Amino acid sequence: MNARPMDQFLFIALPYVCLFTFLLMTIYRYRQQSFSYSSLSSQFLENKQHFWAVVPFHYGILAVTAGHLIAFLIPRSILAWNSHPLRLYILEISALVCGLLTLIGLISLIARRGTTTRIRKVTTVTDWILFAMLLIQTVSGVAIALFHPWGSSWFATNLSPYLWSIFKLNPDVSFVTAMPHLVKLHIVLAFLTIGFFPFTRLVHLLVIPNPYLWRKTQVVRWYGRKSE
Amino acid sequence: MAAGRMGGLCGTNFEDPFERNPLTLALSPSRGEGTKQRNKQDPTLMQIRSQVSMVFHLDKCIGCHTCSVACKNVWTDRKGAEYMWWNNVETKPGTGFPTKWEDQEKYKGGFERNDDGSLSIKSTSKKKIIPNIFHNPHMPSMDDYYEPWTYDYQNLFTAKEGSDQPTAGPISMIDGEKIDVQSGPNWDDDLGGSEIYAANDPNLAGLTEQQRLQLSSVERLVFFYLPRICNHCLNPCCVASCPSGALYKRGEDGIVLIDQQKCRAWRSCVAACPYKKTYFNWFTGKSEKCILCFPRLETGQAPACFHSCVGRIRYLGVLLYDADRLEEVAKLPDDELVEGQRSLIMNPHDPAVIAQAKKDGISDGVIEAAQNSPVYKFVMEWKIALPPHIEYRTLPMLFYVPPMSPVQASKPEDTIHHNSNNLFHDIDDSRVPMKFLANLFGGGQEGVVRYALAKQKAVRWHRRAETVGDIDRATADRMLHEANCTREEADAIYKLTALCTYEERFVIPPMHREQAIEMMKEPHEHRAETGFGFVGGQTRGM
Repeated sequence: MNARPMDQFLFIALPYVCLFTFLLMTIYRYRQQSFSYSSLSSQFLENKQHFWAVVPFHYGILAVTAGHLIAFLIPRSILAWNSHPLRLYILEISALVCGLLTLIGLISLIARRGTTTRIRKVTTVTDWILFAMLLIQTVSGVAIALFHPWGSSWFATNLSPYLWSIFKLNPDVSFVTAMPHLVKLHIVLAFLTIGFFPFTRLVHLLVIPNPYLWRKTQVVRWYGRKSE
Repeated sequence: MAAGRMGGLCGTNFEDPFERNPLTLALSPSRGEGTKQRNKQDPTLMQIRSQVSMVFHLDKCIGCHTCSVACKNVWTDRKGAEYMWWNNVETKPGTGFPTKWEDQEKYKGGFERNDDGSLSIKSTSKKKIIPNIFHNPHMPSMDDYYEPWTYDYQNLFTAKEGSDQPTAGPISMIDGEKIDVQSGPNWDDDLGGSEIYAANDPNLAGLTEQQRLQLSSVERLVFFYLPRICNHCLNPCCVASCPSGALYKRGEDGIVLIDQQKCRAWRSCVAACPYKKTYFNWFTGKSEKCILCFPRLETGQAPACFHSCVGRIRYLGVLLYDADRLEEVAKLPDDELVEGQRSLIMNPHDPAVIAQAKKDGISDGVIEAAQNSPVYKFVMEWKIALPPHIEYRTLPMLFYVPPMSPVQASKPEDTIHHNSNNLFHDIDDSRVPMKFLANLFGGGQEGVVRYALAKQKAVRWHRRAETVGDIDRATADRMLHEANCTREEADAIYKLTALCTYEERFVIPPMHREQAIEMMKEPHEHRAETGFGFVGGQTRGM
């Protein structure tokens, strides 16, 4: 492995630092400051633009993230799907649409936070840094979709093995060193976002999975009595 | 069982009141048939629980807002909670707080009964929460309440020299900007008869034009006060709606609380509570609500709003109820709900009930408190206290004695005649139309309200005959008889209404130390932690 030091730093050291920060700090924060795990919704302060910003952003980013995750987990199936051009086009266009949805939502979110004085009061420096990171990340993602097409395929062939090598603790940067700069930026920023994640309101993502849909309607807590 | 999720929280457990018979309660037209057969009167087949319940006697409320201020000073005088009034007093007819909270076409609070008899949450049921978790479609915004403000007092000192006196103009407590105050707490206080407020009261639905005029006619307009706190419902919609499971009902006393550590600001409870008594703290990003001053109750003191009540309108006591039949009752048709809720409440003097209560883990002290409960007398023995808007199907455990005042009848020619049968007017001639009170306290049914008012009227006749003596005994007795009341009962009502002591009004069950969920703390320490039991105070999420 004769990667340049810069590549080693960006694609080996940084990912590990970020992933461990994510792992340790989310757990630490949950245990020490469970109170701070909140979506910190601002719908109460501004209820009209909220819909048009929050909804497209969330649906967009969830779809896009899910897409990345699927390509990471089952690259062969993605390649098999893409073996037919029409299916490839459908996948690429849907991904682009979701990316644009995210971008539109994100810009609306930023505009909403910036222009509503009430909401500016509950917006922290962390929020603005996160907005900047997400904006660059989304713009670069959309740009990649436009200028480096068929990403669903080359993600599966190149980036998925790279990510797996990270998780297998046997990092191999040869998959990413040849990538265009835009893609490299997207990868580095992705890891930075993961590392920054525990220090932001993004933690609400971790507390979504809950048994609401399965739990019984009412909740009763007893003290000193076991559940019957 | 989700008990594991509770982690280190005092070893508490989730448990569901509906758990015992989840399937048997699907309501068929022949209610009760084909389902679990049992004798509703047999306590050994019940699951008895205790509930700290409340009665507010509206004839005694003078609308002084002392309760609201006491609560505000103790609990909500802090950033993010400025706009919250866990206790507030509304003028009726009026639009209330938040504006028109009773209009469920707008707010979608409470449960709705589906065609098949099942219940679902009006705002975000389980099915509807998934697409709506990002933006709750029925979430009220701050504009539905009011934007809290203070005054720019510094301007009095720092204003540049000019030809006018400097003023301390209103500034928003949210963003510090100058604010044109458009609404505020009790903005419609005493505005009975107003076109903007009183005329928009959702309870006016179904009233005739004449009845509406009667409420607002010049020089004869009518209003009364409606103090409101959380009803600590038996079937709380806020609890049912919380995606995080942060809201819960305390098993031992039925107090409904929000676990601040588990609330994730999905906002469902704010939309779901039909009484709009869960509030969103805009600063901490968590919902909050009335905690019935449990730190005070656990130390044997009445809640702050109860304790401070100038008119002594508030009563607090334990009710024993059958938790197994909650769902069945919550699904009853509108006109059967008041009676249905009463059927849940058990007689604490019945030996069989006592035996079963003990079996269900209710301590002797709580049973004794239930036997002395003033709430049981008002709600069950005398049947003169009624639940607010029971048609929301949350089974509220705060009951109101509907107001008789003003006593003058609606007939213009009516004057008070001594020694006349019109000394106290006929209930149906009241200037507050029966239909209006029925919309508020009877689930639309006039019968239960008329019964409560007739009994109160009879008590007045009886006491007039006893103390003034200008009414002959036979007339008073006839009034009592018509109101299904005896002399003894009338005296008891009179005593608990007019002469009640602190100990009679507040029969606080012993909440044994080993039963208290939260450790006893110095009250000021509790306040610093917002009553929610933090180590190191609450800090907003990053």
